[in-house]
Amino acid sequence: MADFRTCPVTGLKVHLEGEKLIKWNAVTAIVFLLIGGLFGLLVVLTRWPEVHLLPADLFYMALTAHGALILVVWIVFFEVAVLYFCCTVLLQSRLATPKWGWVGYWLMLIGTLITTVAVLQGNSSVMFTSYVPMQAAPHFYLGLILFAVGALIACFIFMGTLVIAKDEKTYEGSLPLVVFGALVACIIAIYTIASGAIILIPTFLWSVGYISHIDPLMYKVIWWGFGHSSQQINVSAHIAVWYAIAAILFGAKPLSEKVSRMAFLLYIFFLQIASAHHLLVEPGLSSEYKIFNTSYAMYLAVLGSMIHGLTVPGCIEAAQRQKGFNKGLFEWLRKAPWGNPVFSGMFLSLILFGFLGGISGVTMGVEQINIIIHNTIYVPGHFHATVATGTTLAFMALTYFLIPTLFRRSLAFPTMAKWQPYVFGIGMGMAALFMMGAGTLGVSRRHWDIAFTDAALKFNHPQAAWLMMGLAGIFGVMAVIGGAMFCLVAVGSLLWGEKLSMEPAPAPAAGAAKPAVASHGDAGTFTVPGTFTLAMVFLIAFVLYYFVNWKYLASTWGLS
Amino acid sequence: MSSSSQGERIPVMQRILDNPFLLLFIGVTVPTVSYTIWGIMEVAQLPVAK
Repeated sequence: MADFRTCPVTGLKVHLEGEKLIKWNAVTAIVFLLIGGLFGLLVVLTRWPEVHLLPADLFYMALTAHGALILVVWIVFFEVAVLYFCCTVLLQSRLATPKWGWVGYWLMLIGTLITTVAVLQGNSSVMFTSYVPMQAAPHFYLGLILFAVGALIACFIFMGTLVIAKDEKTYEGSLPLVVFGALVACIIAIYTIASGAIILIPTFLWSVGYISHIDPLMYKVIWWGFGHSSQQINVSAHIAVWYAIAAILFGAKPLSEKVSRMAFLLYIFFLQIASAHHLLVEPGLSSEYKIFNTSYAMYLAVLGSMIHGLTVPGCIEAAQRQKGFNKGLFEWLRKAPWGNPVFSGMFLSLILFGFLGGISGVTMGVEQINIIIHNTIYVPGHFHATVATGTTLAFMALTYFLIPTLFRRSLAFPTMAKWQPYVFGIGMGMAALFMMGAGTLGVSRRHWDIAFTDAALKFNHPQAAWLMMGLAGIFGVMAVIGGAMFCLVAVGSLLWGEKLSMEPAPAPAAGAAKPAVASHGDAGTFTVPGTFTLAMVFLIAFVLYYFVNWKYLASTWGLS
Repeated sequence: MSSSSQGERIPVMQRILDNPFLLLFIGVTVPTVSYTIWGIMEVAQLPVAK
């Protein structure tokens, strides 16, 4: 018989074994965010031209550790916590096979430690992409494989829990939208991890000498099925988090649940194939292959993102207007709880992800425009806008909700918590913007020294590129401070936060409505003029940026 | 309230969306064919340099 407790805040039943796994995965994620963030600081301080902290060998080591720990370890550990939260807490179900959950957890943790040790030993500075023929130590690949197996176990436990929940009738009808978003993330994760296994297992065998050769282009094709799709798990997961926070804070229901669900379905079909972005300048692949895949199959997955981008603020506006915040276009937004880091983190994540990460991602995915910025620092600028200001900030916001509800602790340093999303969001958003600017002027993606001091052939970047790299450094440090503030609040809350009562809330009356986050239904209105105004601003920004890039391409690549 | 409890016919689209394992099949098959297999076929057809 599974043990449950009743959440005093939401009234939802929480499976104790599942809760333990959520906590351990979330805390482990935050620990690796802290470690990976420190490596990020070293990277920032080296690419900031005036500081140029590390020598080349240490820089590439720090860059490899930062990429692996942040892009994979922090994100996936937290995503496992989100998956378990959605399938147990929101569905009020017991977790399938908790013992296997622990096996998965330990495999992920041991894998992470093995890979990190391999990187710190200094002979595996192959960066996150680990392109062949660069070869890392065998245990670098082994650690990643163990991590992937652990994450795969977590995905199947999530799927198994859905079966249990349906079988035991813990929910009626369709999955709640937030859980459906988590399911989409899980599906993308399974394809992603399978792609990683398909290429990393032979690469491991190559590193120990059992395979003589791996074709570099073949490696790139399959590896990016893992490398880029892993970031698409993030997109689906953090959009589920946006819907969850809108429902939790405002009781908001999507403008149209059906449309939101269809938008997630478009992700299932078309989101992962954008991995071909990374192959746009490979001569061995056809334009048909590149255009079909990088267009997210003719932009249908982008349509999905724009639907979410409209309906998440739209549902908040609808809920706020129902509460009487009806004055003008934006009273609903002005009167939103901007001092609550759960809201501010989520809303900054939404805005920054859409305006910086979304627009730049679609524009750079166009085959012709991509030639301007391919392998420049524009690319890290783009993915810091998506993964850091989008996913990481959304996960930080969710953590501020989970600390009092799941961990039953009050937030330590509440003033710091209030300011943290702004420090991290503005710092990372501006750093991403300046990296994209510098990349447009040709600054290389990974080169340790943009001055090329030890190169046989000199190259002088324009002064504006130096300025933007300096500004990216300043705002990058600000983002690291924001990340450190988050870790301090999260760890401080768990260690010193005031213990909250575990007394369950009074049992809800029979037939009482479930919390919005665990139920169905539409907002019942489409009168959200503020959101439509914001959407028009977004559209104009999108069109202008797209046009400017074509214009820039035409001016840099004259044909006459 | 679920449609089935009212005895109504569940629309096809909803049945698709309510089937996690069918969605898993779609979500793995489409990118495998469109991105991975198509890509591997193009790389495999490249002539080897002499």
